[in-house]
Amino acid sequence: MTVIFWIIAAVAIGSALLCITRKSPVASALWLVNTLFQLAAIYVLLDAHFIAAVQVLVYAGAIMVLFLFVIMLLNLGRSGPSDIKGPWGKVIAGVGGLVLVGELVVLGRVTPPFALQQAPGTLASTVAIRGAVRIVAEPLFQSYLVPFEVTSVLLLAAIVGAVVLAKRRL
Amino acid sequence: MNPLAGSAADWAGLAILLPFAGFLVNGALAFWRPKARRAVSLVGVGSVAAAFVVAVAVFLAVRAAPPAAPYVRSLWSWIPVGDLSVSAALQVDQLSVVMLLVVTGVSSLIHLFSVGYMHDDPGYARYFAYLNLFVTFMVVLVLGANFPVMFIGWEGVGLCSYLLIGFWFTEKEKADAGLKAFLVNRIGDVGFLIAMFLIFSHLGTLDFRETFARAPQGLAAGGGAVTAIALFLFMGCVGKSAQIPLYVWLPDAMAGPTPVSALIHAATMVTAGVYLVARTNLLFAMAPVASAVVAGVGALTALFAATIGLKQWDIKKVLAYSTVSQLGYMFVGVGVGAYAAGIFHLVTHAFFKALLFLGAGSVIHVMHQAYHHSHRHADAQDMRNMGGLAAYMPWTARTMWVATLAIAGIPPLAGFFSKDEILGAAFTRGASQPFYLLVWLFGIVAAFLTAFYMARLMLYTFHGPNRTGDLERPHLTEAPWIMTGPLVVLAALTIVGGAINLPEVGALQRWLTPLTAQSAAFLPDLAPTPGVAIALMAGAALIGAAGLWLATRMLKPEALVPPERSPQETGFARLLLEKYRVDELYDRVIVRPLLWLARVVLWKGVDAGVIDTAGVNGSAALARGLGWIGSRLQSGQVGTYVVFFVIGAIAVLAALLK
Amino acid sequence: MLLGPSLLVSAILFSLGVVGVLLRRNAIVIFMCIELMLNAVNLTFVALSQRIGIEGQVFVFFVMTVAAAEAAVGLAIVIALYRHRDTVNLQSINLLRG
Repeated sequence: MTVIFWIIAAVAIGSALLCITRKSPVASALWLVNTLFQLAAIYVLLDAHFIAAVQVLVYAGAIMVLFLFVIMLLNLGRSGPSDIKGPWGKVIAGVGGLVLVGELVVLGRVTPPFALQQAPGTLASTVAIRGAVRIVAEPLFQSYLVPFEVTSVLLLAAIVGAVVLAKRRL
Repeated sequence: MNPLAGSAADWAGLAILLPFAGFLVNGALAFWRPKARRAVSLVGVGSVAAAFVVAVAVFLAVRAAPPAAPYVRSLWSWIPVGDLSVSAALQVDQLSVVMLLVVTGVSSLIHLFSVGYMHDDPGYARYFAYLNLFVTFMVVLVLGANFPVMFIGWEGVGLCSYLLIGFWFTEKEKADAGLKAFLVNRIGDVGFLIAMFLIFSHLGTLDFRETFARAPQGLAAGGGAVTAIALFLFMGCVGKSAQIPLYVWLPDAMAGPTPVSALIHAATMVTAGVYLVARTNLLFAMAPVASAVVAGVGALTALFAATIGLKQWDIKKVLAYSTVSQLGYMFVGVGVGAYAAGIFHLVTHAFFKALLFLGAGSVIHVMHQAYHHSHRHADAQDMRNMGGLAAYMPWTARTMWVATLAIAGIPPLAGFFSKDEILGAAFTRGASQPFYLLVWLFGIVAAFLTAFYMARLMLYTFHGPNRTGDLERPHLTEAPWIMTGPLVVLAALTIVGGAINLPEVGALQRWLTPLTAQSAAFLPDLAPTPGVAIALMAGAALIGAAGLWLATRMLKPEALVPPERSPQETGFARLLLEKYRVDELYDRVIVRPLLWLARVVLWKGVDAGVIDTAGVNGSAALARGLGWIGSRLQSGQVGTYVVFFVIGAIAVLAALLK
Repeated sequence: MLLGPSLLVSAILFSLGVVGVLLRRNAIVIFMCIELMLNAVNLTFVALSQRIGIEGQVFVFFVMTVAAAEAAVGLAIVIALYRHRDTVNLQSINLLRG
């Protein structure tokens, strides 16, 4: 299983790399879709089946489609003049990225201050017993009901905002 | 327990409060009711006269119970800092009471005179306010029980001197004269301050009683420390009492009203230096080098100023140089070690010099009025415009002749005894130390010259033909009684004043013994043998008489011509007239370089150049520069902002890594 | 079990997202890189939820919701911006210059 994980991870990282370096926005969007698919696969490997499904449905299926629609609307599909920054920008970006990844890796190896409570196989067995959807739905509608409702209000606000902002004439 | 406790001596502080109250009232009147002449006169003269009454009461108390040690009343603790504990304290002893009598007494007479003299002046109330303030400070100086309190009085009289000399400040010359007096005084005051610092560092106290108690053990007699202290104290005296080289302010100070010259520059303020030396006589006795310097400078000044007085035409300038010269005599007295003799001459000089100045004031007052009537703008103070005034102003002439005889040293008037005692002491000391013989010689020559120039003054002013002019002559009359009255009183004092310290009786000498006794251990005996004493007395009288006689023979008042038509002086006479060009020398060597330093270096160089450019404008430019850098950061480019964002995030993570 | 490697992959993806934001001028592409960063964080949450508790996945749920809302509003802004300035190149959008 580890081998499968590394193959999927490599593809994900590769497509992310391609995403950020393509000149055409459409190409970038499609490579990003690929990355999201790979991430969904990794979620399955991590016993987060429901989240994987939601990832494909919402992220890859809705959000990225929205991106592509906007690109189409603004007629940015053809490769215009490159929007990648010049040599100095590349240097700054490269250095920043390297430093950041180094710091994050080091931080990742630090012993977490919180105790890692559960034994490694707990989640898998819970999923097997109770089902993937149920284990997410129960906390969502019981302990985290209020954030859930608030989130729906947030979505309402987002809808209104998007409509107002994008109108041609108010 | 001091015998004076509980007597009138407890009220000595009133002599300070009464004139100060007068100052406050007159000051207020000067602001709101400057024309209330009657009230101002009453308050002004009354407050000082009341102070004189207090002085007499204190004197009688001291006479009834002469204290062996000074009676000190501490009013409040003024500077209690660490090791230094200075209190606002007043001291009543034989010396301070003598000075108090002279100051308040002569001041009262001069205040009375001023009522007449300043009658038509618009600044009447302001004048009396300043005069009262002066008396306040002078009494503080005289009654102070420690150096700082005395210094307050010292500085205060300097301030009042400035205010009064520059009384008519709308004329630039007069304002400048006031400024000159203050600045030159200040130079001397630095010496006084340094002396105070030295005294405190060596003896740990600034109180008079304590200082003189600790001095014989705390300081080595004849050593560097005590000599330095004495010399710095003398530096203060040189400034305040107008000795060489800081005498230049006194002749210029004649720009002030004449009663001011009489009070401040003849009788009281300038004598503060002599008082200081007499007060600290122990320190001077312990430092023979310093005493020799004092006597030497005094003798030199006496001679120097007398020569200048020979050729001055302004009546007040003659008297000014005469004052400088007589102050030199007083310093000879205290420098030689004859402290009582110095104080004696101080007292007699106060009488006859005040008389001379007030008399000159009468003359000037009358001359002014005469010129006022004829609308001529001639100099009312120039002797060449006077002459034969004895016929018109008999009382003024008579009293001034009394003063002239006194200053020339004719027995039995006061000046004879005091001057003779000083010269006798110098001669006696000269027998063992030739330096003092030279001092004595200078004194003798100066005495001769004094008689000569005073006779010259009297001849040119009061005798011979009158040169004032035909239009003015009908208006020449005697001054009003309020002005001639004080003249008569002072003349009477001049005549009998010698009784204070007659040669064998020595009343003043014995009176001051408790204060000079400590010094006797360090000084040789100053009393001349009887034979020598009589010879000296006779000689002094002869020299005085000779000077007077020679003047009457040599000088011809008839030959005088009013100033516009007078011939230009030549040669040595011209040098004397221009007072050896000392002021010009000071101007070239000291004043101009100082002004250059102030203007070019300090103003343009440091102030405008460094401080303004680098400091003020520089910090503004720096702020502007930093602001410009800050504004460049706000480019409006989101891309740039994101870069900074990421850098910040990296920094925070780095902090977490630690 | 797969915690370590997952965190590593997440770190790399996140850094790639940052590089993308720093590298590009097109507003929409920058948005996409921000979505990449959000996904990297989601991966971290899911990986850790194996050991800590199911709350990780619940939080991912919320993150996705908010990301959707954010994307909608953000793209609406981009459209409005394009209408005014005829470009989505962020270099030319600098009216807030100090």
